[in-house]
Amino acid sequence: MKDTEGYVTADGRQIGGTLMEMRNITLRFGGVVAIQDISFDIREGEVRAIIGPNGAGKSSMLNVISGFYTPSEGEVWYKGAKRPPMKPFEVARQGVARTFQNIALFEGMTVLDNVMTGRLTHMNAGLASQALWWGKARDEEMENREKVERVIDFLEIQNIRKTPVGRLPYGLKKRVELARALAAEPSILLLDEPMAGMNVEEKEDMSRFILDVNDEFGTTICLIEHDMGVVMDLSDRVVVMDYGKKIGDGTPDEVRNNQDVIDAYLGVPH
Amino acid sequence: MLNDIFIAPFVDMFTAPDFLMQVLWEGLVSGILYALIALGFVLIFRSSRIFNFAQGIMVVFAALSLVGLFAMGVPAWISVGLTLGVMFVLAVVIERVVLRPLVGQPDIILFMATIGITLFLIGFGETIFGGENKVMITEELGIPTGDTVLEPFDGLLILQHLDITVVVVATLLVLGLLAFLNYTQMGRAIRALGDDHQAALSVGISLQTIWVLVWFIAGIIALVTGIAWGARAGVSFALEVIAYKALPVLMLGGLESITGAIVGGLMIGILEKLFEIYWGQPLLGGNTETWFAFVLALIVLLFRPQGLFGERIIERV
Repeated sequence: MKDTEGYVTADGRQIGGTLMEMRNITLRFGGVVAIQDISFDIREGEVRAIIGPNGAGKSSMLNVISGFYTPSEGEVWYKGAKRPPMKPFEVARQGVARTFQNIALFEGMTVLDNVMTGRLTHMNAGLASQALWWGKARDEEMENREKVERVIDFLEIQNIRKTPVGRLPYGLKKRVELARALAAEPSILLLDEPMAGMNVEEKEDMSRFILDVNDEFGTTICLIEHDMGVVMDLSDRVVVMDYGKKIGDGTPDEVRNNQDVIDAYLGVPH
Repeated sequence: MLNDIFIAPFVDMFTAPDFLMQVLWEGLVSGILYALIALGFVLIFRSSRIFNFAQGIMVVFAALSLVGLFAMGVPAWISVGLTLGVMFVLAVVIERVVLRPLVGQPDIILFMATIGITLFLIGFGETIFGGENKVMITEELGIPTGDTVLEPFDGLLILQHLDITVVVVATLLVLGLLAFLNYTQMGRAIRALGDDHQAALSVGISLQTIWVLVWFIAGIIALVTGIAWGARAGVSFALEVIAYKALPVLMLGGLESITGAIVGGLMIGILEKLFEIYWGQPLLGGNTETWFAFVLALIVLLFRPQGLFGERIIERV
């Protein structure tokens, strides 16, 4: 699995080399070990899933990737270099965008403004320029606006552009959050349970959008889910976690037939 | 007695509309300054959940720096520029020395820290500039000091040019600030940080940068208020109390709301003036302006605990 040549997926897409690699990550909170010595990689252009039962440490892993947690041990390698300890906003500026399990949107702002904040990672104009709305800031604003409108069109939320986010139903909020992450034109898009709490129809919409994003923009996606059905359809490769340990890693088919994985999900008599 | 409360004041208003206009105008002038200061509080509160007790002393400090620099022989407008520099350095130092080490502490600790900043700045200011009263360099800054007399309704309405300047400058500053918050990426970042810290981090917003920025904006506001208020009352540490006038404004408007700060400020400025002239002086012996705003705010809080424009707090049980 150490080749960097990439591979071809079942549906014939070419996957590139390693974009991000977790090496022997361990995360402790006091005496609790949330993640124990886990390694895996994310290849360019693939949809990579992390699954596992509740409390397996999936969200902790995502938080390590996005810089919200600093691992107690182990290294994160990104674009071929070891990543020093970083604040979450610095990780974001390196091209890692994410969504949250419990939706973290700016409730008081409109959909458009929310998605515009996604462009903050691309902000170069200085304070003076912004305060006077002159020169660079103005050009940037126009350019950002154009890109944001494209994302809004793509995710089919044009009709709610000017609506304050606080008024939207759950499913749409999730989509706005995806739009904000996408507006950053990220190298890696992290999705923390993008389908949690959705009804069947919303789940189907969301799955379609995730696949379309991967297809259209070639965005590398790493997502967490515990709905096995959804994950198996969406992803190219799957990491399975249980009690903070990695118990499986491979294509959906390989994982489905892995005895440890079956035991973790169905339970075994002790 | 009932006549004095419910009828006589309104009769006075209608029989002398020019005087009423004078009262309203003066209320508007103080109101817009209250609104401006309240805006400083709201920005800092929204982006960091800190109630900035030091806003008042920042007004004094800015005014003292300006007058002090001028006394050292620096030309007036260059002094303004340098004072802005001083306020920026102050913002950076506060963020580094006080806020950064206290990130994540309970709100009350951060509040105490701003009281600490206040006490420090009082002592520091006195050491550098001395404690005696000073005169604001109004004329040197080119602020007009004459007045215009209008004669509406065959009466008399006197508009101080200083007041007109204050209203124009403060209005421009408020509008500029609103535009900055609504139409620039940094403005969006400030609002975003107030809404959700985690999400703000995830889109690449740096807490530190934004904190320096909002404290600097609060510093600019402090300088403008310092000049405006100092021109009428002289520059001394007593100026600090003007910031406490923003407290009832915030109670009225809600701590999170920018609209609330503006509307609340104007309301309090105008209502306290009206009450003083038509009820306070004839019935209560005057000097009601010191407490009227607080009573008004308390009454509003009885009916709307979150203030007129504050976010409604709903707790799930």
